[in-house]
Amino acid sequence: MLTNIVIFFLALSIVFYVLFAGADFGAGVLEYITGRRHRQVVADAIGPVWEANHVWLVLVVVILFMGFPSIYSAMSLYLHIPLLLMLVGIIFRGTAFTFMHYDAIKDQSSRVYDAVFKISSIITPLFLGMIVGAAMLGRINPEAESFSEAFISPWLNLFSLSVGLFCLVLFTFLAAVYMIGETDEEPERKAFIRAGKQLNMAAVVVGGGVFIAAEWNGLPLLALFGESPVSLGSLVVTTLLLPVLWISLQHSWVLWSRLLAGAQVVLILFAWFWVQHPVVINMGASDPPLTVYSAAAPPATMLQLVIALIVGAAIILPFLYYLMKTFKAGQFKQG
Amino acid sequence: MEDLLAARLQMAVSLGFHIIFACIGIAMPFLMAIAEYRWIKTGQQVYQDLAKAWSKGVAIFFATGAVSGTVLSFELGMLWPTFMEHAGPIFGMPFSWEGTAFFVEAIALGLFLYGWDKLRPWVHWWTGIVVGVSGVASGIFVVAANAWMNSPAGFDWVNGQAINIDPVAAMFNDAWFSQALHMTLAAFVATGFAVAGLHALLLLKNRKNLFHRKALKIALVVGGLAAILQPISGDYAAKGVAERQPAKLAAMEALFETSQPASLTIGGIPDVENREVDYDIEIPYLLSFLAHGDFNAKVTGLDQIPRKDWPPVLITHIAFQIMVGAGLLMMGVGGLYFYFLWRKKETIRKRWFLWLVGACMPLGFIAVEAGWTVTEVGRQPWIIYGIMKTKDALSPMPGLQYSFYMITGLYLLLSAIVVWLMYRQIITLSGRYASANTTED
Repeated sequence: MLTNIVIFFLALSIVFYVLFAGADFGAGVLEYITGRRHRQVVADAIGPVWEANHVWLVLVVVILFMGFPSIYSAMSLYLHIPLLLMLVGIIFRGTAFTFMHYDAIKDQSSRVYDAVFKISSIITPLFLGMIVGAAMLGRINPEAESFSEAFISPWLNLFSLSVGLFCLVLFTFLAAVYMIGETDEEPERKAFIRAGKQLNMAAVVVGGGVFIAAEWNGLPLLALFGESPVSLGSLVVTTLLLPVLWISLQHSWVLWSRLLAGAQVVLILFAWFWVQHPVVINMGASDPPLTVYSAAAPPATMLQLVIALIVGAAIILPFLYYLMKTFKAGQFKQG
Repeated sequence: MEDLLAARLQMAVSLGFHIIFACIGIAMPFLMAIAEYRWIKTGQQVYQDLAKAWSKGVAIFFATGAVSGTVLSFELGMLWPTFMEHAGPIFGMPFSWEGTAFFVEAIALGLFLYGWDKLRPWVHWWTGIVVGVSGVASGIFVVAANAWMNSPAGFDWVNGQAINIDPVAAMFNDAWFSQALHMTLAAFVATGFAVAGLHALLLLKNRKNLFHRKALKIALVVGGLAAILQPISGDYAAKGVAERQPAKLAAMEALFETSQPASLTIGGIPDVENREVDYDIEIPYLLSFLAHGDFNAKVTGLDQIPRKDWPPVLITHIAFQIMVGAGLLMMGVGGLYFYFLWRKKETIRKRWFLWLVGACMPLGFIAVEAGWTVTEVGRQPWIIYGIMKTKDALSPMPGLQYSFYMITGLYLLLSAIVVWLMYRQIITLSGRYASANTTED
């Protein structure tokens, strides 16, 4: 019971991280598509909220190392390299964005901040997705004999790359759809709508590619989804929502578009959780997978974690709502 | 480079970097709150200008601290997976509360930084207070986790496994309060003196500048008060260390022989080979009193500790001397300021005093880094004192030095950029705030 509550909060933190912080990273990538002239509106949109959004990741980490310590230590040991690269992205994105905004003198340096901001906005989602892919694929092998077998091949493969790419496209798609409500300028809104549609198509294509890459690397992902009606159902519903989203985008319905895009991403995450559950890391060779149950900390720890999470949520969620209401309320009305 | 050394250095660099930003995140909100409070109460524009100008700096420091803190939460596992696998369920509890505190801090900071025009003045002021309070709470939780590594509690260690885990007992271990108190005060001392020092140096150019005068007063009151209180918490912390970690205390004091009574060694260079200290000053009886509150008490020396369990004596001793020396200097300057304030003399108009405060600008952070070195290096060779050796917790991944080079390079770069950004903030002050051009007599 306690473990299941913790699992719920873990899933929730991942969902919120993707929905909010994911879109903040996506906003950086979006600049490549919509161009430099939209930079200010992107910066205004994520400025007040990105640090709060970022904390969901810290929460995921804390839940993992307190509640599921062997999962945390296996990931941080075998996926050291992609984690380090993801962190480099996090460091550069956050600082470049803040430095850009708070540099008292606006000169050539803003071009450097902008370039670093955009590149690091790609790096983090890409490696985050690769880490997720590596956990699914099952090439982490404690008995590995060589450096590359132990620390490279678990994450540097076609499947992990495809998940990384999918993650990147999904985050950028979210950003494009959210941005529609952040501007009063019609041409700008049109640009974001166009980007949203393109990225939506790209997500479908790359999502298909993930299945092909899985087969290529020996992971029977299609069969796994076939065995899980709930996951399959989620993907079907996501697909059925596509035309609805397009209609909503066509009419510039801000709130509806945001909700639909968010719902699609949540359904994809849900399908992934369900097909994986209770496994978090598939281990290679003969080792049993690390599941949320096999890795769970003792009940005394889980109890304290549950208390901290429930009390924390009771404090954070209303306060977070107040933050969003203060800075995002004006835009919701346009929908 | 050896992997163990690389991992320890990476941890030292990461913590040493993060601690600066964490201290500023803890103390600056209160300095801003004082300024904003004065603005709301008196309506003097200089105070709002000051709060706004400071908040620009805070935004830069906070963002850097937020990402370097995130890096640490991953690094603990990336470098010490064995430690985290065992320790996570035991000392994870303060981190789970720190998550909430950090969340509240980030939300409140967003409201504070971007809410000047959107929130009513008092609501805005309160968001600043929330940033400060949650920053202090974050710091306390993280230090409580570190205190557990010095004073492990809340579990039984049987055959290399932790059983009977009690996370509450682990969080409220014997060292948590003294360490948290000492660190929190240190954040106010370091930030207060750094800010005061900066504005003192800027005042030297124009001693009548209204903006820098107000800034100096606020920062010096906060930093000075904390500096005067700090030795009390330091004494309390040292007595705890003497009781729980005699090896650390012996290394801090470079006490090679168990003594009764024990003399306090000031300065000097420990010669570990010959088990003696060169060039030091010794004050008889004082260490006995400081460590145990009794001039004739016995103080355990390193001779009672197996040689393989000695912490690096040279580093621990020198770092401790630096911390105490810097702390006493700042206490003296703080005391001087309050003395003249009491005598109704305007010291901040005096050139010599501005130089003195300006010279103190880096002292607080030097003391913080040195104190952190004492507690971390002084705990070696243990990662969990008496339970797990640091070398046994190390990641088996080869080539850890490349992680170390990368993180070090990155943080050096960020440090340089932050300094440069602060410089650019300062040189544009008078263009952005009218009060920065105003003089008073």
